[in-house]
Amino acid sequence: MARIGVFTCWCGENIARTVDVEQVAAALGQLPGVHCSLDYKYMCSEPGQALIAEKIKSENLDAVVVASCSPHMHLRTFRKTAAGAGVNPYRVEMANIREHCSWVHHDRAAATAKAIDLIRMSVAKVLWDEPLEPIKVPVTRRALVVGGGVAGIQAALDIADGGYEVVLVEREPSIGGKMAGLSETFPTLDCSQCILTPRMVEVGQHPRIKLYTYSEVEQVEGYLGNFTITIRKKARYVDIKSCTGCGDCWNCCPIKRNPSEFDYGLGMRPAIYIPFPQAVPARPVIDKETCTRLKKGKGCGLCEKKCLTKSIHFDDQDELVSEKVGAVVVATGFKLYSIGQEGGTDLRSVARPGYGEYGYGKFKDVVTSLQFERLLSASGPTGGRVVRPSDGAEPKNVVFISCVGSRDDAKGLPYCSKICCMYTAKHAMLYKHKVHDGQAHVFYMDIRAGGKNYEEFVRRAIEQDGARYYRGRVSRIYEENGKLMVRGADTLAGAPVAIEADLVVLAAAVVPATGVRELARKLNVGYDEYGFLLESHPKLRPVETSAAGVFICGACQAPKDIPEAVAQASAAASKALIMFGHEELTREPEVARIDEKNCAACFTCVRTCPYHAIDRAEVLTARGVFVKRTARVNPGLCMGCGTCVAVCPSKSADLAGFTEQEIYAEVEALV
Amino acid sequence: MELGYYPGCALHGTSNDYEDSVRACLDALGVGLKEVNDWICCGATAAHSINHKLSVALPARNLALAERDGFGEILAPCPMCSMELLKAADLMQSDGALRQEMGRIVELPFEGRTTVLNLIQVFQKVGIEKIKAAVKRPLEGLKAACYYGCLLTRPPETLRFDDCERPSSMEAVVAALGGATVEWNYKTECCGAGMTMANEDIVLDLSHKILTNAAAHGANCVVVACPMCHVNLDMKQADIERRYSVRHGMTIYYLSDLVGRALGLADKVLGIDRHFVYGG
Repeated sequence: MARIGVFTCWCGENIARTVDVEQVAAALGQLPGVHCSLDYKYMCSEPGQALIAEKIKSENLDAVVVASCSPHMHLRTFRKTAAGAGVNPYRVEMANIREHCSWVHHDRAAATAKAIDLIRMSVAKVLWDEPLEPIKVPVTRRALVVGGGVAGIQAALDIADGGYEVVLVEREPSIGGKMAGLSETFPTLDCSQCILTPRMVEVGQHPRIKLYTYSEVEQVEGYLGNFTITIRKKARYVDIKSCTGCGDCWNCCPIKRNPSEFDYGLGMRPAIYIPFPQAVPARPVIDKETCTRLKKGKGCGLCEKKCLTKSIHFDDQDELVSEKVGAVVVATGFKLYSIGQEGGTDLRSVARPGYGEYGYGKFKDVVTSLQFERLLSASGPTGGRVVRPSDGAEPKNVVFISCVGSRDDAKGLPYCSKICCMYTAKHAMLYKHKVHDGQAHVFYMDIRAGGKNYEEFVRRAIEQDGARYYRGRVSRIYEENGKLMVRGADTLAGAPVAIEADLVVLAAAVVPATGVRELARKLNVGYDEYGFLLESHPKLRPVETSAAGVFICGACQAPKDIPEAVAQASAAASKALIMFGHEELTREPEVARIDEKNCAACFTCVRTCPYHAIDRAEVLTARGVFVKRTARVNPGLCMGCGTCVAVCPSKSADLAGFTEQEIYAEVEALV
Repeated sequence: MELGYYPGCALHGTSNDYEDSVRACLDALGVGLKEVNDWICCGATAAHSINHKLSVALPARNLALAERDGFGEILAPCPMCSMELLKAADLMQSDGALRQEMGRIVELPFEGRTTVLNLIQVFQKVGIEKIKAAVKRPLEGLKAACYYGCLLTRPPETLRFDDCERPSSMEAVVAALGGATVEWNYKTECCGAGMTMANEDIVLDLSHKILTNAAAHGANCVVVACPMCHVNLDMKQADIERRYSVRHGMTIYYLSDLVGRALGLADKVLGIDRHFVYGG
């Protein structure tokens, strides 16, 4: 016969006010198998835990039921207490008589009866609880970081500096991400490249960082601590090992006028190019869409002839390489919302038409905020002179429109992009610093400047640099007499505003980078309807994901500025380092298992498992003779969701700690 | 094809030239119009500015009448009417209690079986290709500024028609007729609408800007699909010219005028000769 101890908690007044805990303890004491039943004011307190430990020893208990709050709060606490006193921690159950009972009822008699029922269910379950042992998983102490923007760089350097190897994969020809293209950063006006490029160089030279640029994650196999990553190295047509980055090739390339990706089309680059002078690696890449030789398969080849180190290979092919890692940090960042050019985002239909009336793509002098960054940047296409893209003239009136796509559930996206208020103030400020007789006009909904020195920064833009702020939306932009007519509302003045602008800058919403959904599916990481990756818990597990061993940081999780992205990257790195601090990892043993004798090998579970944790396997005799096919759970991957148990037609799947037997026992105790 | 027809007050009054034009050109395209029997005013701006319930009840009665007469689709050539009808239909679809209350007030049941179309949607239903094939006199030399005004596309959640800020459905029809259209800036600006009664200054200012912008972009006529727009741009044009000491001389066509002309109908049949600015 089992020897169960039932411990009913008062939770101060929280439970005892509504539930007669003494009556509960007395009633439970009568149940078969229950050896002792006590109540106490705070079970989770040290004396409360000591009471449980003491009773386990003195009464020789072999299972424990604690009736108190939610298991989310204290299951770990009580399991630890029980384990310390010699009871297998998986023979500890909790009955939630606070959230599920005392907090939601008023009638004391009814609540007391319900509490007794809830605890009876737990007693029925604990009778069937088997002792379980934590699962040990070996760990490859090496990390993959996806994305080489500021977040990916920070995470990679932290992990590498912590003593472990990092594989950093970046799909562009250079690391640096969006930050490498920014002019100066708020609220200190540090030059973006000046603070970022030393970190990029550090990555490039770090003995423990293996850098794959112009590469993408093709496939992910394995699980926590044991991932095998297939990386596609896209054909670069340049051997970056022998190349010295001398520049002869891109100087001689005759196909010079291709829109530069790094300058968002405001500048031009040759067909063989490095994205920007401080690129890491400082090695060129050939754009196969524009290179004459690659398009036609013959001709030109000037760069090949010029190259002294013979580093150009027109027959280069994509290459797949495989890397083994134990943890993954995703830092894929963001891009700007399309401003209605593509009819809103991919999720939205005609009903959300975007902002065609702003004329982006139609008027050359309507630019995005990232394009304006390039106009402000000393390394930009104009060498840092602010000019109109259409005619190169210096704009004297610049209109900045914030929330283009953000906070607009009717036409754009409902969320706040968070960084636009700040960079728009910065734009207005930097513009004034460059064009002293110019006037900046800003249309805004609200100024959201929460952050250290942020509000002061915005005030400076308004008070010292004279930016005119209008609280209201712009309805339309059109060209008239060579000027851009910006028509909007000033809702504080209650009057329409019309401004003859030379240049308009749209602070387009922040959306996740292209391809992030596909990557998330490969990694089994969840994402929201906009494609932002989902953290395990918004407050307490902000960099963990539903996939064990996969962490997220930066703007792939939500719009965020540089300080936040960097802080989150360090957090993700520390999570990886915590994993690497162990020889092997322990996982909760409450995972699925398959009765292989009974399994009909229909593999319904293989197809339904959301974590790809079930494999097709073969049962062999000791001599290796094939007996039958079966499904087999990988305990390293299984998250214990129980989907396989629900779908298995032959009832061969079961979940340790939550067996069907246990669930039925609970139900029977109730009815 | 036969459609129910809800003329609204304007088409039976000040804008009967529009009605002639709509009827004649649709007849030539083989679309029969059958007037909803016993229709009443849609309420227009007046009703929704004073009494919400009244502003639902008036169109509700008309919708219920159309249902009673078995019309699957009705044409409301005035955008104010079609907007009010659609708005009331939406409200009653989403609110069962309101639907029943309206049923009691207008003494007819409403089930939401009737679809409301504007004039452009009827042309789309006939088929742009079919219209193109039926053209007898292509509109050569025409450079039209298609003017949608406020209500043809707005509010977008009610109208669910075209791109509300950058519409292009009228241009498609004009192109099928062999006419050219211009890109201009005032396509969806307001003409002043009913302000023409209360504060004429506003109407003259707004309509003057519309006419000026159309001409500046090379248009030789403006095309509308709204009786109110036509009044302000056509009838008031002389006042505008006097006020601003300019000469616009801009012909304002209903979209149906152009379709009718291209199909070979005479200006007299289409009521074009009754426009105030008649360029011939």
